[in-house]
Amino acid sequence: MSADTVIEITGLNTRFGDAVVHRDVNLAVLRGEIFALVGGSGCGKSTMLREIIMLQQPVSGSIRVFGGEVVGLSDEQALPFRRRWGVMFERGALFSSLTVMENVSMVIREHTDLDPVLADEIAVLKIALTGLPADAGRKRPSELSGGMRKRAALARALALDPELLLLDEPTAGLDPLSAVGIDELVRNLRDALGLTIMMVTHDLDLLWRVADRVAVLGEGRILGVGTMQELSLSEDATIREYFHGPRGRGAMEQAWNRK
Amino acid sequence: MLNAPITSRSNALPDIRPGANPRELRCTGEWLLRSAARIDVRIDTCLSVMPLPTGGEMLIDAQAVTALDTSGAWLLHRTKCDLEQGGYTVRFTGLRPEFEALLRLISARTSPAVTAPLPEPGMLAHIGGKTWQSLHGAFGLLSFLGASSIALMRALFHPRRIRWKSILYNLQTAGVAALPITGLLAFLLGIVIAYQGAEQLSRVGANIYIADLVGLSMVRELSPLITAIIIAGRSGSAYAAQIGTMKVTEEVDALRTIGIAPIDLLVLPKVIALVIALPLLTVYTDIMGILGGMVMARAQLDVGYSTFIDRLDDAVSLTSFLIGIGKAPVFAMIIALVGCYQGFQVNGSAESVGRQTTKSVVQAIFLVILADALFSIAFSWLDI
Repeated sequence: MSADTVIEITGLNTRFGDAVVHRDVNLAVLRGEIFALVGGSGCGKSTMLREIIMLQQPVSGSIRVFGGEVVGLSDEQALPFRRRWGVMFERGALFSSLTVMENVSMVIREHTDLDPVLADEIAVLKIALTGLPADAGRKRPSELSGGMRKRAALARALALDPELLLLDEPTAGLDPLSAVGIDELVRNLRDALGLTIMMVTHDLDLLWRVADRVAVLGEGRILGVGTMQELSLSEDATIREYFHGPRGRGAMEQAWNRK
Repeated sequence: MLNAPITSRSNALPDIRPGANPRELRCTGEWLLRSAARIDVRIDTCLSVMPLPTGGEMLIDAQAVTALDTSGAWLLHRTKCDLEQGGYTVRFTGLRPEFEALLRLISARTSPAVTAPLPEPGMLAHIGGKTWQSLHGAFGLLSFLGASSIALMRALFHPRRIRWKSILYNLQTAGVAALPITGLLAFLLGIVIAYQGAEQLSRVGANIYIADLVGLSMVRELSPLITAIIIAGRSGSAYAAQIGTMKVTEEVDALRTIGIAPIDLLVLPKVIALVIALPLLTVYTDIMGILGGMVMARAQLDVGYSTFIDRLDDAVSLTSFLIGIGKAPVFAMIIALVGCYQGFQVNGSAESVGRQTTKSVVQAIFLVILADALFSIAFSWLDI
């Protein structure tokens, strides 16, 4: 494995009872790229994400992140990894009893010995970085709109200046305008901070706009990996259906027109 | 392969100090979050030894900065802002292009004066706020009682709209399912009272009055009260948690938009079911409590079962029995209404579900005992 591979998955097998989710899957995510995992509902995208962040254990196989094996680690062994990545969950998973500001600063205080004033300043900065208005920090998650909640969740994921950002459906449930905002945000963050970003998404526009490489998951295996252009020329039936369906074509035409 | 991935970055300690030129600050090392505490201290020392009165231009030489993340960039940006407030014009030199882009992003995104927290309210405001909250809560409970009564009236005029299935379900969960625990506790309570009484009664040779003691205290006071308290803890809390969670997941709002009044679906069946179930449970706990007393009377005082029951017939009048049973529907109303009301008071957060559930139990038990005391006063006035 080269130093430029951030996530390397080899021979991954996952089963729930009799249902096979992943069958001998291999995948590599390179440093500094925006990598997207796509596929139909229930094809095991989110499961793979949960296995990478150690919320779930595969039946067999290896997942190496930053060069270290993460399968089968204890919580204590997992801590150094968890400090180096940020995770944004599909529905935000902000702590509902804390304000947005506390949601972010809590992560910083937990893992550093910063002076509380400085920790708060950094939390304010993270909130501002994600494009939330200045007064959003005082609000509770229940007082925010869906788009703002996603941004707040992103601010929390960025709290520790992670090298790797894992996003589960970053634009799901957002209006097109907010979704475009998230697109730009993700790309800006990668460009400015040199992050590696891995996301799971259904959003074809997001894929065309920001993803460097895309892997299509289906039937328990990787059907294809490549840039969107490469995948749109693929011969595989499922991939063709995915990218050349009515919605896929619309997104593709838009992407071509922009170029 | 590395075992401890955290060491994959090298460890050049970050620093900032005055440079060779008095109008120059030199930054070195890795400006990252994990050493932010150290940088913070170094900046303070550095700025405190600066020759203060001279305004003019100040250079920050960041050529030797080897790594920069948002926290480090923030510290650089903050230093610049602090210096600018001191009357300097500040310029960065030697920053790598990617760091410069990051710094630009940071300075573009931060607006000054966003860190100021809301002012803490004073003591007086605190007392006022709490008082207002309690009054508001009492008023809210009262208007909830009103709304539920109106809904109940409407349901009585249109009996077809009453949700019998839901009522039966609630009867099952709040009534039938509570039989073992209420029965056991009433039985034990009967034993305890008989045991405490036996000592005193045998001293004066009035063994037979054990039936009066157990019978009257259980039937008139203890059995309605213990049943209500158990049900408040068992069902009242469940009502609050159920409705509260439905509020968090916006199911209550969904009901409204579908055109179903949440009170009709969520509150009335519970109130009606509990008003039916609690008196029945009280009759059952009456029996179980007296059974407990009987067992103890025979063991401690040699009062046989048939003697006990004969005496019970004289000791406990129908009025006493009905008074005990009559309190139960009132207690049931209190428990169901408080539980549902607190459920509707939940706002958004998981913590608030817990808080309102706790409140529902505490308030229900408090109000049940208060009502019991009021009943006692009223009955003593009426000489019943």
